[in-house]
Amino acid sequence: MNSLKSQGFAPVVSDLKKDGSEWTVKEKIMLGLSPKEYWAVQLRNPFNWVLWAIYAIGVPILVGRFIFGLGWVTHSSYDYPWGLFLGWGLFTMVPLSASGFMMGTTVELFGRKDFKSIERLGLLNGLLGYLFAVVFLQVDLGQPWRLIYPMFVSLGPAAVLFLVAWHVATYLTCQVAELVPAFSEWMGFPKAKKFIKSIVLGLTIAGIILSTLHQGALGALFTYAPGKVHPLWYSSPFQWLHFFVSAVFAGLSMLIVVSTLTKWFMRWRCDENYLSNLSKLTLGLAKGASMALITYLVIKIIGIAHDNNWAYLLTGWGAWFMFEMVVGVILPLIFYTMAVRNSNASLARFAAILAVFGIALNRLNTALIAFNWQLYREIPHWRELVIVFTVYATYIVVYRAVLARMPILYTWKEKK
Amino acid sequence: MKKLNRRSFLKGGLAGGAAIAAVGTSKQALAGTHNFGGYPDSMGVLVDLTKCVGCRTCEAACNKEQNLPEPDKSFDDPSVFEERREGGLPRRTTEKAYTVVQKYDVPGREHPLFRKVQCNHCNEPACLTSCFVNAYKKTPEGAVIYDKTVCVGCRTCMVACPFYIPAYSYSSPTNPVIKKCIMCYDTRLKFGRPPACVEACPQEVMTFGKRKDLLKLAHQRISDKPDAYVDHVYGENEVGGTAWMYLSDVPFDKIGYDTHLGTQPIISYVKEFLGMVPMVLTIWPALFTGFHLLSNRKDAAKNEENKS
Repeated sequence: MNSLKSQGFAPVVSDLKKDGSEWTVKEKIMLGLSPKEYWAVQLRNPFNWVLWAIYAIGVPILVGRFIFGLGWVTHSSYDYPWGLFLGWGLFTMVPLSASGFMMGTTVELFGRKDFKSIERLGLLNGLLGYLFAVVFLQVDLGQPWRLIYPMFVSLGPAAVLFLVAWHVATYLTCQVAELVPAFSEWMGFPKAKKFIKSIVLGLTIAGIILSTLHQGALGALFTYAPGKVHPLWYSSPFQWLHFFVSAVFAGLSMLIVVSTLTKWFMRWRCDENYLSNLSKLTLGLAKGASMALITYLVIKIIGIAHDNNWAYLLTGWGAWFMFEMVVGVILPLIFYTMAVRNSNASLARFAAILAVFGIALNRLNTALIAFNWQLYREIPHWRELVIVFTVYATYIVVYRAVLARMPILYTWKEKK
Repeated sequence: MKKLNRRSFLKGGLAGGAAIAAVGTSKQALAGTHNFGGYPDSMGVLVDLTKCVGCRTCEAACNKEQNLPEPDKSFDDPSVFEERREGGLPRRTTEKAYTVVQKYDVPGREHPLFRKVQCNHCNEPACLTSCFVNAYKKTPEGAVIYDKTVCVGCRTCMVACPFYIPAYSYSSPTNPVIKKCIMCYDTRLKFGRPPACVEACPQEVMTFGKRKDLLKLAHQRISDKPDAYVDHVYGENEVGGTAWMYLSDVPFDKIGYDTHLGTQPIISYVKEFLGMVPMVLTIWPALFTGFHLLSNRKDAAKNEENKS
C-alpha cells in the first residue's frame, strides 16, 4: 500500500470521492480500491503469506481444541492449571492494552489536547487487546459457553476473578463507546459521535476506576497462591499495585511500539498531522512511562524489603529476577530518560521494545515460570503454542484492518 | 445466633450490615480480629500415618463409592508407589483418583512410610473463596463440596488450593469439570456415616469423628506416646485448620507435607486487595473529577471572564 500511495493512490479520508459523489460502504471496506486491485494488494503483501502459513497450521488445531478438548492441546497439568493461553493471552495482553485508559485520561481528563492525534490509537490498542484477551480466555475456559455464569447464573462476588470478569466486560463496553466517534465518522452517523462526546468524561473516569481495579485484580489473583509463586514475584499487600503500576508503562510502551509500526508499515494511512506530531508525542509518552518505571522499580524494592526477601536475590531465581528487572525495567528507564533529555525519539522506541519485553517476561514469570517454583517447570505443549500464535495473528489482522479503514491514524474530513 | 463466616458476610451485603448493627455487641461484629474457626460440630478424620501399611484398600473403596473409572493398574499392584510424575514427584490426585497413597523411604525408619492424600476439607477453603461462580460449599458437616453444573472451568481453585488437590477432566471436550474428594458427602457424610475410605481401612489408620474431639484425641495420643509421634498435628492450624488431620512419627516436611503454609486461611492474603475495591470505587470518581477541574481551571476562568 505504501508503494501504491507513492504512485498517486489517495486513500479514503472523507464521505466524498474526488468527483464529489459519496463512497459506498463496500468501497470504503475495499479501501477505495476496485475489488481486483484490493485482492492484488492482499496477495502481494509478504506479511500475508506468513499469516496464511500460520492459519494453515493453526486453524485446524484451534478447531481440534473444541472437538477433542483442552487435553488435546495442553499437557492437562493439574499442577499448572494455567498455561500460555492465560499467561500470555490474559496476564500479558491486558497490561499491554492499558494504553486505552491512559490516553483517555491524558486527553479528556487532564485536557492535554496535544495528544489528540495519538489518542484514538491508544483507545484502539486498548479495545483490541482486551477483546483478544477475552478470546484467549474463551480458548482456555473448560466450558466457554458458560462465560456469562458469573454474571447472571451463579454469582461468587467475593472472588477476585468475579471482579475481573465484570470489569473486563464493562470496560470493553466502555472502550467500544469511546471508539464510537471514529466508527461514526467512517460510517457517516454524526449523531452517535455527538452523544459520546457528551458523556466522554464519565466514560473516561469509569475507565480509570475499572482499569485500576482489574489490572490490580490480575495481580491479586496470585495472592490466592502465596506459597506457589516465588517470593521475588509475590507480595501479599503490594501484588495488585505492582501489576497496576507496571500496566501503566506497559500500555504506554506498547503504544509507542505500535505507533512505530504504523509509521513504518502503514505510512500510507497516516496523515500529515499524525506523522509530524509522532516524534514529539513519543517523547511525551516516554516521559510518562519513565515516571511509571521509576515508581514500579521503587515499589518492587519495597516489596522485597517488606517481606525481607533479600536472601533470594543471591539464588539462581534471584539472578533470573535481576535479569528481568535490569532488562525490563532499569534499562528502559535509563533509555527513556536519555531519550527525553536529548529529544531522541528513536531511543525512546528502543526503550519501549525493552519495556514490552520486560512486562511479558514479568507476567510469564509470575504465571508460569516462577509459579510452582518448588515443584518443576512446565514446558507448554506445541499445540498450545500454535494456538497462541494463531489467535495473536488474528489480533494483528483485525488491528490492521481497523487501522486501514477507520479514522485512527488520520483525521476524518467532515462535510462542509 | 448463626455464626457468620466471611463469605456469607460479604454476600449478605446490606442485610448483613443491618444484622451487625442490630447485634452490635456480639463477638462476630468486632471486625478485624475475627477469624472463622470452622463450624462448631463439623466432622473430620484423624489419619495416623504410623499405622498405614500401604495396602491401598482406601483407594479401591473410593473408586467404587465415587463410581470412578477403572484404574490403569489394579489396586493391589504396589508398583504404583514407584511411579513418578513430572519433577520426580510421587502420584497425586487426578480426575480418576480422588485419593492416592504415596510411599516415602525414610532413612533410619524400619519400614517405608505411607501417606494418604485426598482433599483436606479446609475450614476456610481457598478453592471456595477463589470461585467466581460460587460453585463450592463448606457444609456444616465439614465437607467441601462443589456444584459441577455451574463450573465454567477457569481452574482458579486449582491454582488456589495449597495442597494441590483439585483435578480437572481435561479429556472431556463438552463437559470438563473439577474432580476432587467430597468426603463422600452425598452418599455417606450427609447421613452421619464415615467416608468409604475410612470404613474400608483394615488397619484403622483413620478415625472419623467431630473435629474438636479428634483434636483432643490427637494430642492425647502424642502425650501418651511422645516417642512414637512428632509433636505436631498437621491440619490443626495449617491454612486456618482442616477437617482431615495427620499424626506422624517422621517430621512432616520429610514426607511431602508443606510445613510453610502458615496458619492463616488463604483468603487472608487476598483481603488487602478485596478491602481496597470499594474504596477505589467510591474515592476515584471524586478524585479524578477533581483532577479534571484542576487541570482545566484556566479554561474555566476564561469562560467566566467571557460571561461577565
